[in-house]
Amino acid sequence: MATSIILDQVTKRFILRDTMTLKRRLVALAHRNPVTHAFTAVNDVSLEVEEGEAIGLMGLNGSGKSTLLRLISGVLRPDEGQVLTRGRIAGLIEVTAGFHKQLTGRENIYLNGAILGMSEAEINAKFDEIVDFSEIERFLDQPVGSYSSGMFARLGFSVSVAAESDIFIIDEVLAVGDPPFKKKCIKRIQEIRDEGRTIFFVSHNTTQITRICSRAVVLESGKLAFDGAVEDAIHHLHYDDETDDFDAEGGEI
Amino acid sequence: MSHAGTLDAEHPHGPLQPPGDTTGLFGVFRRRYLLGLLVRKELRVRYQASALGFAWSYIKPLVRFATYVLIVGYVIGLKDLENYPLHVFTGMMVVTFFTETLSAGTKSVVKNKSLVNKMNVPREMFPVASLLVTTWHMIPQYVVLFIACLAIGWGPNPTDLLAGVLSLTIIVTFSMAVGLAFSALNVLYRDVSNFIETITHLVMWSTPMIYPFELIYFRTHGNWIEQLYLLNPVADAVLLGQQCFWVPTLNDPSSAVMPDHLIARGFGMLAACLVLVWLAQRLFSRLEGKFAEQMV
Repeated sequence: MATSIILDQVTKRFILRDTMTLKRRLVALAHRNPVTHAFTAVNDVSLEVEEGEAIGLMGLNGSGKSTLLRLISGVLRPDEGQVLTRGRIAGLIEVTAGFHKQLTGRENIYLNGAILGMSEAEINAKFDEIVDFSEIERFLDQPVGSYSSGMFARLGFSVSVAAESDIFIIDEVLAVGDPPFKKKCIKRIQEIRDEGRTIFFVSHNTTQITRICSRAVVLESGKLAFDGAVEDAIHHLHYDDETDDFDAEGGEI
Repeated sequence: MSHAGTLDAEHPHGPLQPPGDTTGLFGVFRRRYLLGLLVRKELRVRYQASALGFAWSYIKPLVRFATYVLIVGYVIGLKDLENYPLHVFTGMMVVTFFTETLSAGTKSVVKNKSLVNKMNVPREMFPVASLLVTTWHMIPQYVVLFIACLAIGWGPNPTDLLAGVLSLTIIVTFSMAVGLAFSALNVLYRDVSNFIETITHLVMWSTPMIYPFELIYFRTHGNWIEQLYLLNPVADAVLLGQQCFWVPTLNDPSSAVMPDHLIARGFGMLAACLVLVWLAQRLFSRLEGKFAEQMV
């Protein structure tokens, strides 16, 4: 097995500019008050992922999970350290990112497929599969602006699983969608895992993580707090302290 | 990293490398299919929910054209210039191409913010798509220009046609360079969209579109002001366009006042514009790393 992803002491900072008028800015500069604040979203994270591993990325809101995924997908570049990946990356950092509300479902399938790096022939070949999976056939020729958020998620997920990739990224997209659809998605993700593709999966849902992932990574305030077995990660996060009724059916709160 | 080297070369998925598409303009043309879809999307969306729709692309230039011809031509009195409407129209084709690409291109990256933030596509895609959208919009105007020229009696010689090709390539490459650079700058400094309004206005009056070049020529006699005037690629493209479309329709084509060595100048300008595209691409690549975090 070869290495699929390497994060080598990766740090990402965001510069937050305080919004102020020119006058206030000049006053602040004259008084040598800061006009910007740096915020370290990902702090010195090192990680090595083998091909075919399914990593569950966990952590509280704001712990840097999405930033880490965006670094891996190449949307963001690290300030320090380096990110290396192998092969084609597809996935969903946000289901609706590539969708255009004024275009129909059909047009959006083509647009999103192309954004994920598929050719026209590839999309044509997979079109029926995508539509079947999404179960929104009836609304295919309606502008997606009129879709519900669940329908949006279905379509987005269906296109991204159809794209062939070596690394597959899923960021909390299963939070929307009804239980039957979620079940279907979990099954599809398991298939992707069994094909030997690398998976990065973000979820707060311990059941989902347990079902899919072989390894868990926990971020706390941008730092790597835990890296190891899934049960230990759940224990580390104290997610197992209280029983959660909502979790029983693999649903998200 | 030590193990990223030797045994990686023969891996079926290629070597370990930094993610993200950094191939720039070449990457855009490698993903022509996506580019085509983005252009089609833009064409669909631009005039949606407007009663006149696509017609606006023709109403706006038509009104401007009529204003110039009526006010400047007849009221102010340039009507004595032979085939004055054709003179204006040819100039407008070039100037409009530039200003439309500039304004649409500048906004293009910011407008596609969700894609830039969340998905991995070559970001040069967006200004390039704006340029293609503009080109598509202008095709019917070129058809009108051809018909008008033929109706008046157009007999261009090969040099005139070469001038036309130069005019087109100069304005496309220059617009590309400016669109690339400004789309990136607009992410960091939102003042840019105000700035381009000013530029648009300047370009309109600093090119021989509404007035003929001879007015500049007779006032400057080839001094440094004329040279400065001709350093503007849009002005050169307008002159070359007129050499192609307007001059051959005159009773005595040699009576038209044009700068010396127009064709040689055109080739020089084209080379300069290609360098500008390269520079703009470098600027774009440098700023691109900050795009996703600037547009939260």
